[in-house]
Amino acid sequence: MSTTTTAPAATGGAEPLVAYDDATARYDVVIGLEVHVELGTATKMFDGSSTAFGAEPNTQVSPVSLGLPGALPVVNRLAVEHGIRIGLALSCDIAESCRFARKNYFYPDMPKNFQTSQYDEPIAADGHLEVVLDDGTPWRVEVERAHLEEDTGKSTHVGGSTGRIHGADHSLVDYNRAGIPLVEVVTRPVTGAGARAPEVARAYVAALRDLLRALGVSEARMEQGQMRADVNVSLRPSPDAPLGTRTETKNVNSFRSVERAVRYEVSRQAAVLDAGRAVLQETRHWHEDTGITTSGRVKSDADDYRYFPEPDLVPVTPSRAWVEEIRATLPEMPVARRARLQGEWGYSDLEMRDVVNAGLLETISATVAAGASPAAARKWWGGELARTANERQVEVTSLPVGPEGVAELAGLVESGRINDRMARQVLEGVLAGEGTPTEVVSARGLEVVSDESALVAAVDEALAAQPDVAEKIRGGKVAAAGAVVGAVMKATRGAADAQRVREIVLERVGAAGS
Amino acid sequence: MPVLSTDDVARLAALARIDLDPDELERLAGELDAVVAAVASVSSVVSDDVPATSHPLPLTDVYREDVVQPSLPVDDVLAGAPAAQDGRFLVPQILEED
Amino acid sequence: MAPAESGRPGADDLVRATAADLAQRLAAREVSSEEVVRAHLDRIAAVDGAPGDGRGVAAFLHVSGEEALAAARDVDARRAAGEDLHPAAGVPVAVKDVVVTRGTPTTAGSKILEGWVPPYDATLVERLRAAGMPLLGKTNMDEFAMGSSTEHSAYGPTRNPWDTSRTPGGSGGGSAAAVAAFEAPLAVGTDTGGSIRQPAAVTGSVGVKPTYGGISRYGLVAMASSLDQAGPCARTVLDAALLHEVMGGHDPRDATSLTDPVGALADAARSRDVRGMRVGVVRELTGEGFSDGVSASFRASLDLLADAGAEVVEVSCPTFAHALDAYYLIMPSEASSNLARFDGMRFGLRVEPSEGPVTAERVMAATRGAGFGAEVKRRIILGTYALSAGYYDAYYGSAQKVRTLVQRDFAAAFEQADVLVSPTAPTTAFPLGSRLDDPLAMYAADIATIPANLAGVPGMSLPSGLAEDGLPVGFQVMAPARADERLYRLGGALEALLEERWGGPLLASAPRLETVPATRPEVAPA
Repeated sequence: MSTTTTAPAATGGAEPLVAYDDATARYDVVIGLEVHVELGTATKMFDGSSTAFGAEPNTQVSPVSLGLPGALPVVNRLAVEHGIRIGLALSCDIAESCRFARKNYFYPDMPKNFQTSQYDEPIAADGHLEVVLDDGTPWRVEVERAHLEEDTGKSTHVGGSTGRIHGADHSLVDYNRAGIPLVEVVTRPVTGAGARAPEVARAYVAALRDLLRALGVSEARMEQGQMRADVNVSLRPSPDAPLGTRTETKNVNSFRSVERAVRYEVSRQAAVLDAGRAVLQETRHWHEDTGITTSGRVKSDADDYRYFPEPDLVPVTPSRAWVEEIRATLPEMPVARRARLQGEWGYSDLEMRDVVNAGLLETISATVAAGASPAAARKWWGGELARTANERQVEVTSLPVGPEGVAELAGLVESGRINDRMARQVLEGVLAGEGTPTEVVSARGLEVVSDESALVAAVDEALAAQPDVAEKIRGGKVAAAGAVVGAVMKATRGAADAQRVREIVLERVGAAGS
Repeated sequence: MPVLSTDDVARLAALARIDLDPDELERLAGELDAVVAAVASVSSVVSDDVPATSHPLPLTDVYREDVVQPSLPVDDVLAGAPAAQDGRFLVPQILEED
Repeated sequence: MAPAESGRPGADDLVRATAADLAQRLAAREVSSEEVVRAHLDRIAAVDGAPGDGRGVAAFLHVSGEEALAAARDVDARRAAGEDLHPAAGVPVAVKDVVVTRGTPTTAGSKILEGWVPPYDATLVERLRAAGMPLLGKTNMDEFAMGSSTEHSAYGPTRNPWDTSRTPGGSGGGSAAAVAAFEAPLAVGTDTGGSIRQPAAVTGSVGVKPTYGGISRYGLVAMASSLDQAGPCARTVLDAALLHEVMGGHDPRDATSLTDPVGALADAARSRDVRGMRVGVVRELTGEGFSDGVSASFRASLDLLADAGAEVVEVSCPTFAHALDAYYLIMPSEASSNLARFDGMRFGLRVEPSEGPVTAERVMAATRGAGFGAEVKRRIILGTYALSAGYYDAYYGSAQKVRTLVQRDFAAAFEQADVLVSPTAPTTAFPLGSRLDDPLAMYAADIATIPANLAGVPGMSLPSGLAEDGLPVGFQVMAPARADERLYRLGGALEALLEERWGGPLLASAPRLETVPATRPEVAPA
């Protein structure tokens, strides 16, 4: 193929690629996503060790999470509750009865050399998540299951040249993370997205993150590894053909990377197929820096995980009453909430999408709740403040003004105490740390002058200084009033309502208005 | 024809991460073949309609509350380790990342 | 060793006393716990030798003399101060080395754990300590409790006190031999397929496997999680009940632990009334395969029970014929997974490969190759096979279905009988070395004890007399799940009837053990 290029050299070596558009023109893309989420419980899945982030190594462990001989697991009730909550939010069926199983394989960061996981009896199955693509297109991603399991410890590889696993002399293992509850959400194959598959993948992971946060079950910070995506990609010649061989790219840790990893695999697999070779069923590693995937481990004998029901645990049989109790506490789902807010706020589709994409939904919601009009909230956050944040290279939410302050500012404008131009100066003062908007208004003397007698005096003074103007107005040249208005505004340093000044000028010269 | 060949046993030993020397492998293969032959009858005495029992007593829904318990002291944690460094377990190089 | 005639009270008297008797004398302050512990430590020093010595009973892998004496002195001081103590306070106990003990080496009879000192106590150990029972030490066992003779201990075999050329049964041969040789009044065992009951049978002692979940498994180095159960080893039914009561009851750290209260087991042991009790003889666990001497002793006990007013009936449990096969699939499968953690990464032995690169994967395999004995490797590989892709349904899956059938047989039998009985083991103690090369012959020793583990029901073995070879025979009693007190009621009554006939405990007729040179460091003299 004329469009075949070569990926940048990396650990796994260069691989030929087909241009993305070319690849998707000739192959049907099928993706699947397996997302692991660390639940925000205080303790681990099977023991009372703390899950707090950032502790010294091996200081949040027990005989259970270290896998010491004789230790036994006991299920964390809140983790099960969170699992049910996630399942319900994904419109899944909640299992009447499910068991944990042991997934047996040897790995130094897994203390027992088996992972306790709900292998074939997940707590939740058969659901879906509504996703909105960048252009507002809704997309339903079918969810096969959500199941509970435990995290592994963390290895740091030392020695060797790169610090990567290959070439390391030895590894240091910290088991603080071992046993932290995970929920793995597995989609069914996503078909029909065509060239938009990478965007669907990103939108799905982003929507899942929003959902998990809304549910309060996880902070789902990808950068802290609280949420990790495995991305499955396969190609087939046409949508009627059977599914092709898939690769599983592990531990992709940002929304953007999810999108890029899918794109890369599509281009790579297309080149493999074009060359008449077969795609290997393997795990692949994602390289954030170079934006490529490299070959990991080919499926082998070691993948005979010898699952069997975990004999140290008894079945989980959540009563329907408990499930309904949890359902009753579910917050509004993000997609539904977004639709409701858009209606309430009167935003256009485009405005709403900009707000969501800028990550301002919660901030604007809070600003409206604090009393601002939706239009004003969007204007300030999406305009002046977004610009400032961009200049300062910080998140807009970490600026030294919050929803309360912006609502206060909007209130000052609305009540006529300050005008728009003054409001920008007030905001500048607030951002400079001069105090609340009201305090800045007083300190800087920015209040609109609304004392009529002061204005009348100023008008009279200006008229006296320009006697010909009064004549012109009386003679019907009302537009000549502009010169007097300008003089008054100048005298009051802009602290007057120009419209009102104009009215007073006309009154004072005896004209009957415009 | 044995149920379990020497090759089978070698493959299983690798899956179970157990080094066997050749003599040991031969002996184990013979013994295991006899044991498997003896116990294989279980599949012929049960029918599809018999449910499996994985647990002797029918308990369900045993949970703990999400309350933090103190950690083992890190000195105790590492006291039994074959090797440790910087508060962590030192293990030989890991060849394959999962 | 303190001579029997020295001092008051006599050391020989103290080591031969029952736990119940010791508890009473301690409570009455006729004797101190320190004296009791010291007498037992002296007895251990006199007759135990050590595994691998080639002499002595070799019941102990580790003797915690100083710690036991310190615990005894603590109890004595608290008693002197008028504290309200547990009834068993001051009575020493030995613990099978498969139970983790904080600060005391725990090897489970394996080289792979040599030198490992656990940073925590098993729940049952916490309860023993809380009751003020000094821990004499850790008893020998087949490696990871895999065996029926204690010959699979990596540290050498334990010998049967009745005949030191024979095995004490297994896997808990050390605990059974320790009580039978008067080295400890009580010992803790674990029973996955008969490891408490079968050693009790061949050493003339009493052993009880409680209902599954009756005593916490937290801190038991697991072999087969759905079968493992800790229980008491003793010389009398009442003593077993006392120890059972100390250890039993719900433990929130074991999800399979029963919430039921432990029950009035000692009261049941003392009741000695079997009138109207329906005693079901399991047809499939008698007759063929059981030696004549064993069968004769069993029948004689049945006659005694009938004479005392029990209603002896015969019941049939046809699927018990497949129990052994199912057991030898389920147990290795669970064990293959439970023993995966012994990999040289976090604790215990680490062995580097003799050649080639030193990677984690290769160190694990080298460690496990060097650290596990032949029987452990056999079972791990068998279990790996039974769980592997393509074989799961035929092996593990089918075995779990047999388990259902065994449970149904028990349920039907318990419709007809209050307790079920059988000989505990098909033969008396077999000679050391006689079955080591024949795993299937070794496995057959557990033929009568395995069904109770598969179904989770409680079982007891108590001595029913001597066979024609002069060796003890065990009588097994089984009860429905959660009805452990029935074991004690029947066992206590039968024991009383038998002792009346014998004119005293069976163990009183055991041969005197030769004194062997002490091979362990002596504890400081009083």
